[in-house]
Amino acid sequence: MQLRAHKTLDEVVRCCRAKLVAFLAAGSGDLAAAEDALSEAFASALVAWPQEGCPTNPEAWLLTVARRKLIDAVRRQHEVPSSEELEQLAGAITADAENGFPDQRLALLFACAHPAIDPVVRAPLMLQAVLGLDATQIANAFLVSPAARTQRLVRAKTKIRDARIPVRVPDRSELPERLDAVLNAIYACYAEGWSEAAGADSARVELVTEAIFMGKLLADLIPDEPEAWGLLALMLFAEARRPARRGAAGEFIPLMQQDCKLWDQQMIAEAEKALHRASSSGVIGRFQLEAAIQSAHTDGLQRRCVNWGAVVRLYDALVELTRSPVAEINRAMALAELEGPQAGLYALEWVKTDKRVNEYQPYWAVRANLLARTGKCDEARHAYEIAIGLESDPAVRTYLQQLCDELPE
Amino acid sequence: MQYLLTLYSDEAGWANMTPEQQKQGVAAYAAYSEALKSAGVLVGSNRLRPSSTATTLRATNGKTQVLDGPFVDSKEKLGGYFLIDVPDLDAALSWAGRCPGVQHGVVEVRAIWSM
Repeated sequence: MQLRAHKTLDEVVRCCRAKLVAFLAAGSGDLAAAEDALSEAFASALVAWPQEGCPTNPEAWLLTVARRKLIDAVRRQHEVPSSEELEQLAGAITADAENGFPDQRLALLFACAHPAIDPVVRAPLMLQAVLGLDATQIANAFLVSPAARTQRLVRAKTKIRDARIPVRVPDRSELPERLDAVLNAIYACYAEGWSEAAGADSARVELVTEAIFMGKLLADLIPDEPEAWGLLALMLFAEARRPARRGAAGEFIPLMQQDCKLWDQQMIAEAEKALHRASSSGVIGRFQLEAAIQSAHTDGLQRRCVNWGAVVRLYDALVELTRSPVAEINRAMALAELEGPQAGLYALEWVKTDKRVNEYQPYWAVRANLLARTGKCDEARHAYEIAIGLESDPAVRTYLQQLCDELPE
Repeated sequence: MQYLLTLYSDEAGWANMTPEQQKQGVAAYAAYSEALKSAGVLVGSNRLRPSSTATTLRATNGKTQVLDGPFVDSKEKLGGYFLIDVPDLDAALSWAGRCPGVQHGVVEVRAIWSM
């Protein structure tokens, strides 16, 4: 009995925690209080369920108890709570729990990625509030001390409550601007996990799973938004290649030399489907373009003939849309495949005007590669040295060092 | 929920404007106040005299000191405020975004801590 009760509670915590927190927070506007109330409800269940047996609807049981705890908390905070306040709170979170309650997770995502929240805490806040990762897991992933991260999260939650940041999905008119913040936060979360290619750090790998989960959730909940599908496609394409990104000894393997047979075909098919869904809207966007570039590479490398003309055109559109130096660097590399290394170097000259690229490893690695291909080995060696100096991943450093060593004297 | 919109700007900007530009500036604020009023969200608003008229007080070792000048000596000075009553931060930000102060300075939005 006790074992069964614990197992049921475990399952509910895993699958419904976020939904319960989101629903309670959407009603009260107080994320921290919603989380506390739910924790107390879990604690009550831990005592009550083994004795009285599992309720027929565990979710509804937890919701009812958490709601009561939430009202108790308001009572404790104010010595004399206004009846209006309590009524509003009770009313806002009264739902026919037996018949299920609306899914407010997306509303909570939008609150976490609100423009009034510090951009650097948006992704961790989403992970913590919507996905229930604990402070240590998040701190590992974002390389900050748990205490510092916790403090920032607490501050963000206090701001949601005290400045009354609404927990709701924005109107159509505001959606494009707000959606970007949500998409960027999910992508930031994915990128954090992606950099851990070797899979040694499980917290980082978990970030990848969570980001893809959030991407799917977002696309399911607002299926009319092409960029939501574009982001999902982009993450799936990148993720499908994970098994091929490192060799047996953990060495870095660049995309062009990866063993395509190691790629996850099912995930690629899923990515293609998401990309198709995005492009059928006829509205172009950053994530769609990036996913389309991934698709062209994936497909081309598998058939051993990449359509570089198409890739360059996609990068042209991406550069036009984002003005991002990162896109320009990648475009230069694709252009070199199409028109030769000199054309690539010429394109890089334009990127150099952006001072930020001086500290950006891929700029120097691409530059070194193109210089070597035009026979300017001394200049290439210098560029590789800077690239190595800027890289923090030891496997990538070793790879760049090898390329540098292979340069003829 | 009430929000205080405080307006900060470079005071020299006003002095450097032509009389015609100053007239337009005043008209823009009048129109903004009118819009807040007709939407029924305006609680109060005021324009402040230049920061050269400011006096700052603080107690050091139990002794109150009175100093000439504003508290924060930044280029942008506090020049006025609007107190509005709206449902949530999104509504407050949307009103703040329409404030002429955004065009020539900075507008800070703060939720009122109701007692």
